[in-house]
Amino acid sequence: MHDRGVWPTDMPIDRSEHELADWELLTDALVSALSSEGLMNVDELRRGIESMPPDEYERASYYERWLFSAETILVEKGVLAPGELDARLT
Amino acid sequence: MTFRAGERVRVAARTHEGHHRTPGYVKGKSGRVERVHGRFRNPETRAYGADGLPERVLYQVCFAQQELWPEARRGAGDTTLVDIFEHWLEAE
Amino acid sequence: MSEHDHDHSHDPITADGEPPAAARARALEELLVEKAVVQREDVRRNIDRLVSRSPADGARLVARAWVDTEFKERLLADARAAAQELDLDSGPSPVVVAVENTETVHHMVVCTLCSCYPRALLGPPPDWYKSLPYRSRAVSDPHGVLAEFGLELDEDVELRVLDSTADVRYIVLPRKPEGTEELSEQELAALVTRDSMIGVAQPVAPATA
Repeated sequence: MHDRGVWPTDMPIDRSEHELADWELLTDALVSALSSEGLMNVDELRRGIESMPPDEYERASYYERWLFSAETILVEKGVLAPGELDARLT
Repeated sequence: MTFRAGERVRVAARTHEGHHRTPGYVKGKSGRVERVHGRFRNPETRAYGADGLPERVLYQVCFAQQELWPEARRGAGDTTLVDIFEHWLEAE
Repeated sequence: MSEHDHDHSHDPITADGEPPAAARARALEELLVEKAVVQREDVRRNIDRLVSRSPADGARLVARAWVDTEFKERLLADARAAAQELDLDSGPSPVVVAVENTETVHHMVVCTLCSCYPRALLGPPPDWYKSLPYRSRAVSDPHGVLAEFGLELDEDVELRVLDSTADVRYIVLPRKPEGTEELSEQELAALVTRDSMIGVAQPVAPATA
């Protein structure tokens, strides 16, 4: 899904732009901080994104993918317990 | 294998389970080395928490657009350049 | 990850209509700070850095290259070192490469696999650069993409698309517009748009700047 060169399309390019929302800036900043702490490198970030189920990958926005990846990698490394983030939200 | 700028190369057509940065649209295609970028850690292993050593040589490979996309609207001589690791390249 | 529930309909949607991911990101920050995995001040500093970046640094590199041929040669040989000459940070990426548009070659940059982009020099990438259609069509239909951006190249110009698949970041050095001989370096920098450094547009012509 991530290898877009093998998914040809006729779809036009939507040139509208949006300023990054606070949560998007936060997501970017968290990933940078995790990288500085040696907990998640850019290749792990990409691999985490690539592990998304295909339909979710296509529906998700750019930073939703980053967030998915961060959680995936952190659970994998035992920094977060599975479901711990979900539990914090309820 | 190491290559010099100007040499013709072919990208391996193999499948690779797991993270890799050789896009499918160049697999099995042939092109020419445009630049030698130098040595970099291997993302295929770094992606799983390893250190990515030993470093591998990264090449910028130039493909003719007509080799990759025979149907595309193109000018004569259009090209696509892709950064590819040495272990994905074979001599032509 | 089948036990990982992505149906967030139970999540509170905040008053201003933020997506569920917003609450998720904030909760993640809280957890990571509580566990002392990250420091809140580092996160804040990263945010400040993000919002402070713009294409201005890239434009300065281009303008200098336009007025100083020897600098241009140094820029094309090693963009990271050239940026350092102007006290510019070209970012964590180990290699930044500047590619020069000429009478016979026009460059366009994409990252088909994710959205790699020279952020330190150009700021955050535009949404369209990260979009699935751009990532796909920049390689399979680059002239079609340029047409959407209102750019049509002469028939004898080679369109050279660069796919940033590894840790090399590319910035396009666009051609200096006609009629700019009297302009200062600062005035020239104002003509250099982000899109011209990605390669989907030309710099602004002086009369319209």
